[in-house]
Order: sequence, then structure tokens, then C-alpha cells
Amino acid sequence: MALQPFLALGVVLFGLGLFGALTKRNIIIVLISIELMLNAANINLVAFAHFSQPAQIQGQVYALFSMAIAAAEVAVGLAILLAFFRHRNSADMKDVDLMKW
Amino acid sequence: MIFGIPITGQTITYFLLALIIMISGVMLMSLQKVMHMAVALGGVFLGVAGIFILLGADFLGMAQILIYAGAITILMVFALMLTQRGDDTESPPTNSWRVGGVLVFVVVLCAAFLYVLRGTAWPVTQSAVDPYTQPSVVLLAQSIFHTYTVPFELVSVLLTVALVGAVVIARKEEE
Repeated sequence: MALQPFLALGVVLFGLGLFGALTKRNIIIVLISIELMLNAANINLVAFAHFSQPAQIQGQVYALFSMAIAAAEVAVGLAILLAFFRHRNSADMKDVDLMKW
Repeated sequence: MIFGIPITGQTITYFLLALIIMISGVMLMSLQKVMHMAVALGGVFLGVAGIFILLGADFLGMAQILIYAGAITILMVFALMLTQRGDDTESPPTNSWRVGGVLVFVVVLCAAFLYVLRGTAWPVTQSAVDPYTQPSVVLLAQSIFHTYTVPFELVSVLLTVALVGAVVIARKEEE
């Protein structure tokens, strides 16, 4: 099995996540799309760890740290979202315009 | 051999998992109800966990199932339920031209990435099914608890800070 198919899968997953993050209206769906992009990066890290010569474990360590950071990001992101929902009574991306000029 | 790809158990597993991931991902982007999207998200995460296990990262695959397919999907469903007001249908985009433009941009970006991927001469093209000398959990534990002890402890500090911060941000303000 070669390295390229795994990287290609990462590219496709990243593209799906980017499309969702740029077009979806619901804030939670945008957060989900960001998770997809983080997962694509993790696939790349683990694939490079597996295919380096000799196989290195550091890529997996990095992916593990990236998972922990992603979990923290989701917790804070959802907290911000709930605070926003309480203030504006909306979960729509077009209502997030407090800093728009 | 089909298209120069040998038919092995690993290849078949890869294509099945890639199919699951892509179908779930496209469903995630095209479904109407946000709750269905959250379920499709679980499919993507489980497929990625399978890819991790296929790449010899058993512990990461299990962590992916626990953290992503378990915790994050449920957390998203929870947040969706908290912010529902009657209809749970994703509202249509305000500007359909913008969706088309983003679609073209993403497709061109992915095509460019794939073109570069194909053209690059990677130093290693083939690899054993399990290239690690020891079980990957053993290597991972040695790496985390010997080489990367300080970052590991810092991650625990970060998680605590994020937890407290999330509670403080989401808390109802007293009048």
C-alpha cells in the first residue's frame, strides 16, 4: 500500500470540511466542518508516521496532541455558541455580525 | 492487479473505509435536517478511526472512537438540541452565487493538491503492513512519558483551563 491514497483521502476530507465551513448557515454545522478539517490533518500525520523509513511514532504523538487540542476547541466553541444563542436567540451565521463594519 | 494497485486485504479495507468516509462526508454536506448531519458526522469519524487502525495506530483509532465518535458527536447533538426552535432544517444559503463560487474554489484547490501529490517523488512508496518494531501502544507510551513529558503535562493544564473557561462562558449571568 502506498502513501498517496491516504494523503488523497485527507485532501478530499479537507475539501469537504472547507466547503461546509464556508457555506453552511448553522453555526454548529460550521464547527462540525472544522472538525472534519482537523481529522484530515490527523490522517496525514498518522500516514506520514507509518510510511517514514524507519517508521516513526512521533506522528502519532502529534496526532494525539492535536486530538486533545481539538477537544478543548470544541468545548470552548460550543460554550461561545451557547452564550451567543442566549444573547441573540439565534444559531444562524448571518446573525454573527457584532464586529462587522 | 487493477489499475496497478495490488488486491490485498489492506487495499480492500482502505477502499471500503474511504467509501464510508466520502459517502458520510457528502451526506453531511447535502442533508437538510441538522440532526441527520450530526449522525453522518459519526460515520465520518468511525471511518477515520478505521483508517488509523489500518495505519498501525491502534491506540489512536480507539481514542478517535472514544473522543470523536463518542464525545464530540454527542456534544454536537446536545448543542443542536439546545439551539433548536421548532424546525430543525438547515436554512438555505443567503447567496447561491457564493455557494457556487466556494464550490469551484474548493474543487480547484483539491485538484491542485492532488496534482502536486501525484507529481511529488515520495521517498517511500511502499511499506509493510505493520512497520513498527514494537506494538505501537508501547512506542506511544514511551514517547509520551519519556520524550514528550512536558507537552503532555501542558495538555492536561490546557484541558483544565478549557473546561473552566467553557463553564464560565456558557454560565447564565446573574442579574
